Amino acid sequence: MTPTMLVVSLSYLVAAVLFILCLRGLSSPEGARRGLVLGELGMLIAVVGTLLHRDIVRYDWIIAGIVVGSGIGVAISAKIPMTKMPERIALSHSFGGLATALVGVAEYLREVDSLSYFQIAALGLETFLGFLTFTGSIMAFGKLQGFISGAPVTWKGQNFLNIGLFTAAVLGIGVLVYDRELQQVFFAIAGTGLALGVMAVLPIGGADMPVVISLLNSYAGLAACATGFALGSQILIISGALDGSSGLLLSLLMSKAMNRSFANILFGAFGTALEPGAAAPQIGKGGQSYNEATVEDAAAVLKASQTVIFIPGYGMAVSQAQHAVRDLAASLERRGVEVKYAIHPVAGRMPGHMNVLLAEANVSYDKLFDLDDINDDFARTDAVIVVGANDVVNPAAKKDPSSPIYGMPVFNVEQSRSVIVLKRSMNPGFSGVENELFFQPNTMMVLGDAKKTLLAMIGELKEGH
Amino acid sequence: MSSEWVFNLYVFVLATFVGYQVISRVPPLLHTPLMSGTNAISGISLVASLLAAGSHHFVSQVLGFVAVSCATINVVGGFMITDRMLRMFKRKDPPPARAKLGEGKAS
Repeated sequence: MTPTMLVVSLSYLVAAVLFILCLRGLSSPEGARRGLVLGELGMLIAVVGTLLHRDIVRYDWIIAGIVVGSGIGVAISAKIPMTKMPERIALSHSFGGLATALVGVAEYLREVDSLSYFQIAALGLETFLGFLTFTGSIMAFGKLQGFISGAPVTWKGQNFLNIGLFTAAVLGIGVLVYDRELQQVFFAIAGTGLALGVMAVLPIGGADMPVVISLLNSYAGLAACATGFALGSQILIISGALDGSSGLLLSLLMSKAMNRSFANILFGAFGTALEPGAAAPQIGKGGQSYNEATVEDAAAVLKASQTVIFIPGYGMAVSQAQHAVRDLAASLERRGVEVKYAIHPVAGRMPGHMNVLLAEANVSYDKLFDLDDINDDFARTDAVIVVGANDVVNPAAKKDPSSPIYGMPVFNVEQSRSVIVLKRSMNPGFSGVENELFFQPNTMMVLGDAKKTLLAMIGELKEGH
Repeated sequence: MSSEWVFNLYVFVLATFVGYQVISRVPPLLHTPLMSGTNAISGISLVASLLAAGSHHFVSQVLGFVAVSCATINVVGGFMITDRMLRMFKRKDPPPARAKLGEGKAS
């Protein structure tokens, strides 16, 4: 090993340590930003180290790529609203997938003759996973953004097709290891990855997005790992493993929070559980009546309350109501009311979505509580305000074995003295699951745009005193 | 038969183990920053992209250029947006601070 290459290798070692410290910083909000600086430093060291690599013979394409990438990176990060974070994350997964896939193709074209059997297999896997992550994330982005229907698209034989595509890719990699000169096979593997990415995300409904985004995160990490194996680069293996295990862990947490088995998720069968129409409403729409309440009624309940819990859901993100939520909480607190926020792991469209929105609205994070930490408090709570959440407050998950969401851990909202639900309409939405909570005698339905309703409530509270 | 891949397998397994241990301590509060942060870190594929873009093979250069661009988007954008998010997580209620650091050129 030449001295220069030794420097390159050691720079990677330093970078790997800094990346791990960066992630460790995220174990508390206090140390997180300091940790992030370590991560940035690690990246800088790794990149500078790489530029010394003896295989780099020209810099023009590199400089061009870094300029273009930095420009786009800043453009899509500096001003993007926090409500768009799921879209933003999906987009960056797609960039990550594309980068690794193209590296795989370039490596195949350049060095196919000098690689070991194992490296060829890794290269095939890298390209497959990279392209799969790329199209899968584009699909997820499209569904979140709304230019692809967010409803699950399902048809017969879907899983057979997906498993078939996967098998074809594995066989293709086997063939490639046997005869590496078969370019058509290599590009067929790439094509299979592209197709499977589309097919796997197509059947997934909006409510399952947190799982999908976590899974894609994991695939992006695995693709980077495979790149590391193909190139014999330990820094890629380590960083890919960190990314992959974070995605895996989040997927496991999300699947637990939705009471879905991991196998069920891996095979993309979860869209079928929410097939439109499959879930017959347990409560006839006309059969039971609900209390439609005005803003004044709701404000009157709040005035008589000592403890209030907010439960935000995707509806809060849609109507950008997080600042209004915070303002209502502030005016309640000025009246001496104790306010907390209950955050379900799968509320919103990605892990932690609600936390970020409330943090943006300047809500102190010690008021945000997880499912397990707050669920016993509802029995002692005067009023719960549900802001655009549905499944996570559906008592059917606890009581009704025929419900598609049966077994999912949900908030014990029905135990509180009164419940105020802010919702656009009584339409049950994509999942078609009727929510019994909305028909309970102590539930008030305030229909309309959540943000407007919240602002009207604040006005009402001010007038009252 | 080279033993390099066995060595790499060691690295992979141990890194996954460390990653799992470290990441399981991240509170749900920070799951979104975790995701965007690991995204930035996985932008390390930039390293491999640089090798492709800086090689002597023309097609590899072009593909490498696109890969460098994509990876740089994740590195620069990923760290930037993670920092933006982490700045928002505060204890207690400070007065709503509008002024942001790092916005040197205010219009």
